Formats: sequence, C-alpha cells, structure tokens
Amino acid sequence: MNLDVILFAIFAIGAVASAIFTVTRKNPVAAAMSLIGHFFMLAGLYLTLHAQFVAVVQVLVYAGAIMVLVVFVIMLLNLGNEQQLTERISMRTTLGTLMAALFAVQIITGLMARPTGLHQQSAAAATIGTTASIGNALFTTYIFPFEAVSILLLAALIGAVVLAKRHLQEGA
Amino acid sequence: MLQSIPLDWYLILSAVLFVIGVIGVITRRNAIIIFMSIELMLNAVNLTMVSFSSFLGDVSGQIFVFFIMAVAAAEAAVGLAIVLALFRKRQTIYVDEVNIMKW
Repeated sequence: MNLDVILFAIFAIGAVASAIFTVTRKNPVAAAMSLIGHFFMLAGLYLTLHAQFVAVVQVLVYAGAIMVLVVFVIMLLNLGNEQQLTERISMRTTLGTLMAALFAVQIITGLMARPTGLHQQSAAAATIGTTASIGNALFTTYIFPFEAVSILLLAALIGAVVLAKRHLQEGA
Repeated sequence: MLQSIPLDWYLILSAVLFVIGVIGVITRRNAIIIFMSIELMLNAVNLTMVSFSSFLGDVSGQIFVFFIMAVAAAEAAVGLAIVLALFRKRQTIYVDEVNIMKW
C-alpha cells in the first residue's frame, strides 16, 4: 500500500459517506454540513489528480460561497420544527432507490465492459493544473465562453434579486 | 508520485456519487435537499472531467469544470431565490405539496 492508494481510499470513502449522509439526513442543516465535508473530500481528490487550481476554487466557491447561501436560506425559512421535518416513507422512496441502483449498475457495467486502459496520469498532468496554465487557456482559447459566463452570472444575479424581492406587484 | 490509481477507479467513484445524487433527487421531498443533491450530481461530473483532464494531459477538462462551477453558482442563486419565493407564497418547501402545475 503506497501513499496514493491510501489517500485515494480516504478521500473516496469520505466522499461517498458524506454524500450518503447528505441525502439521508432529515435535518437540512445536518445535510448542508455533510455536503461541505463532501466538497472538501472532492477538493482532496482533485489534488490527487494534480488539479490545484480546481481544488482551491472548489473550496472557495462551493464550500464557501454556495453553501453559505444554502445555510442562509435554511435559516431564513426557519424550519426548526421537528414535526415539519418528518419525511413520509412511501413506495416512491423504495422505487426511486431501486431505479437509481439499476442506473448505477448500468453505468458501472458499462465502464467495466470497456476499461479505458489508462493506468498512469499523463506526464503533463503536473503542469496543466496550475493557475498559470488554466489562466492561459481561459484568456486565449476560451475567452468567449468566459465572457458568456460572466453575462450569465449577471443575469442570475438580477434574476435572484427580482425573485427574492418581497411584493414585486401587489395582487400578482 | 501520485500516479498509480487507474482512471477507471475515478470514473466508478464518480458514477457512485452521481447515483447518490440521483437517489436524493428522486426520493426526497425537501426542496433544499433536492437542490443539494443536484449539487452532488454536478460535482460527480466535475470529478470525471478533472480525471480525464489529468489522464489525457489536456487542460480543457479543468476549464470546463471552472465553467460548470460558475453555472452552478448562478443556479444556486436563482434556485434558492425560487425556494424563498415559494415559501412566502405557500408556506412549504416540500415539493409534493406544491402541485399547482400538476396535471
């Protein structure tokens, strides 16, 4: 057992466990906290893939910005009442889980049937994950998508303000 | 050197995480938890992209992850605003109690 296998095992088990915890908790705050743990585990996996920039952005954007937003909304909705938190166990739950398990079997047998045969990370992997290399590609080849995404963020910003505003039109 | 984990392990892990997200979306009723499950699915796909990027030595995968994160942030802002508006109107965030558009 060398270091990379141990690291991969820790991050993979942590990621799967925190993901399961996220979808099974009744309390949304507990789910949000384990989702933050999940994002940290994924950042660790990105580091094992030599993607430093993506790992840092993952922690900043997901574990930082997006989860703060989620926790804020949970707080605003004030769903503290335990009685409101009960989830009805229905046939849909078991049926849905079965369907999803079937889906998992499908994906994994598909992957097993044709292995990619890539056992080593590319020699270039150590250099492409750096901020310099990503910035270079982002501001040359991908400059148009970059600008498009900034317009999208502006639109989402305005949309969120309009949607969350109280009493936009009385009686609407 | 962290180089001896094969690509298929990452892909299988990513598939498992994606399916956990799918289970969350299908089985939960709480709109915020459904929203978090969608984030789980997005992150599973991001993991696939980063793995392929590292194993093929191409930076494009990581650029796409960057864009997916931007879109996820936009989705988070709009989605949570919708949840807030819904809660104001109906006093609930359970998706099966909001059935006005159900045929």
